[in-house]
Amino acid sequence: MDSATLISVVSIITAGITIAIGALGTALGEGRAVAQAMTAISQQPDEAGTIARTLFVGLAIIESVAIYCLVISMILIFANPFVVK
Amino acid sequence: MEILKLEYITPDALVLWQAGFVKLNGTILYTWITMAVLVLISWLATRRVTSGSDFGQWQNFLEAVVEIVSSQIEDISSEQPGRLLAFIGTLFLFIAFSNLFMELPGYVPPTSSLSTTAALALCVFFAVPVYGIATVGLVGYLKQYAKPTPFMLPFNVMGEFTRTLALAVRLFGNIMSETKIAAILLVVIPLFLPVAMQLLGLLIGMIQAYIFTILAMLYIASSERRENEAAEALPPGP
Repeated sequence: MDSATLISVVSIITAGITIAIGALGTALGEGRAVAQAMTAISQQPDEAGTIARTLFVGLAIIESVAIYCLVISMILIFANPFVVK
Repeated sequence: MEILKLEYITPDALVLWQAGFVKLNGTILYTWITMAVLVLISWLATRRVTSGSDFGQWQNFLEAVVEIVSSQIEDISSEQPGRLLAFIGTLFLFIAFSNLFMELPGYVPPTSSLSTTAALALCVFFAVPVYGIATVGLVGYLKQYAKPTPFMLPFNVMGEFTRTLALAVRLFGNIMSETKIAAILLVVIPLFLPVAMQLLGLLIGMIQAYIFTILAMLYIASSERRENEAAEALPPGP
C-alpha cells in the first residue's frame, strides 16, 4: 500500500469517526435542551414565544459543535489537503 | 444539470473568468445575482409607494418584512429599532434570499462559501463596537470587557473573536452540507428523496438566516446595554 492510499484510508475512517462522535454528544445535548424547553412551555404557555426564541439560539450554539465536526469531515473527504492529485 | 462538481465544496472553486490574478468565481457571480434580485424587488415595491389603502402586493410584502424585523429587534434589545433596522434587516434579507434560491436549479447559494459568511461575520464583528460606542460611549464600552471581574478580560476579548468564527462557520457548514447532501443524494437515490431533502433545506436555510440575524442582534444589544438594564444575559457562544 503506497502512502497516497494510506492517507485516503485514514482520512475516510477519521471522517466517519469525527462525525459520529460529534453528532453523538450534540444529539444528547440538544435532546436535553428541547425536553427542558417543552417542560417550560407546558408550565408557562404564555411565555412560549420567549422560550422558543431562546431555545433556537441555544440550539444553534450547541449545534455549531456538530457543524465543526461536519466541516472537518467534509474537508477530509472532498478537499483533503494531504492527498496529492 | 450540474453547476458545481461534487468534489468542490464551495462555489469559490468555480472560476468563470480570469484575467491575471483577478478572478470571477461562482461566489461573486451568485452574490451579484442575489443583490440584483433584492434591488429589483425593492425598486418594484417602492416605485409607487402610497400611504393610502390601494397599495400593491409588493409594498404589502415589504411592509410585512420590515414590520417583523423591527418587532423582533424591539423584543430583544428593548429599544427603538431605528438605528439597527437597516443593518439587521439587510443581513436577514440577504441570507434568507440566498438560502431560498438554493432550491432553484443551477443556483449555488453564496452562503455555502466560507468567504461570504466570513465577510458577513466580520461586518457583525465591526458593527458591535460601532453601535456600542455610539450608545454608551468609549469608556462605557471598554468597561464591559472587565465585567464581572477584571480577571475575565482575556476571556471576554477571546470570546469576541471565537464568536465571530462560530458565526461564520455555522452558516457556512449548514448551507454547504445541505447543498452537498442534496447533490450526493441525487447521485445515489435520484427518486423522491432529494425532494424531501430540499424541503428540509428550505427549513434549514430560513432557520439559519433567523439565527444569524438573532445572534448578530444579541451581540450588538449586549454591547449597548446600559448599567441599570437587567436584560437577559446569554452566553457569548463557543
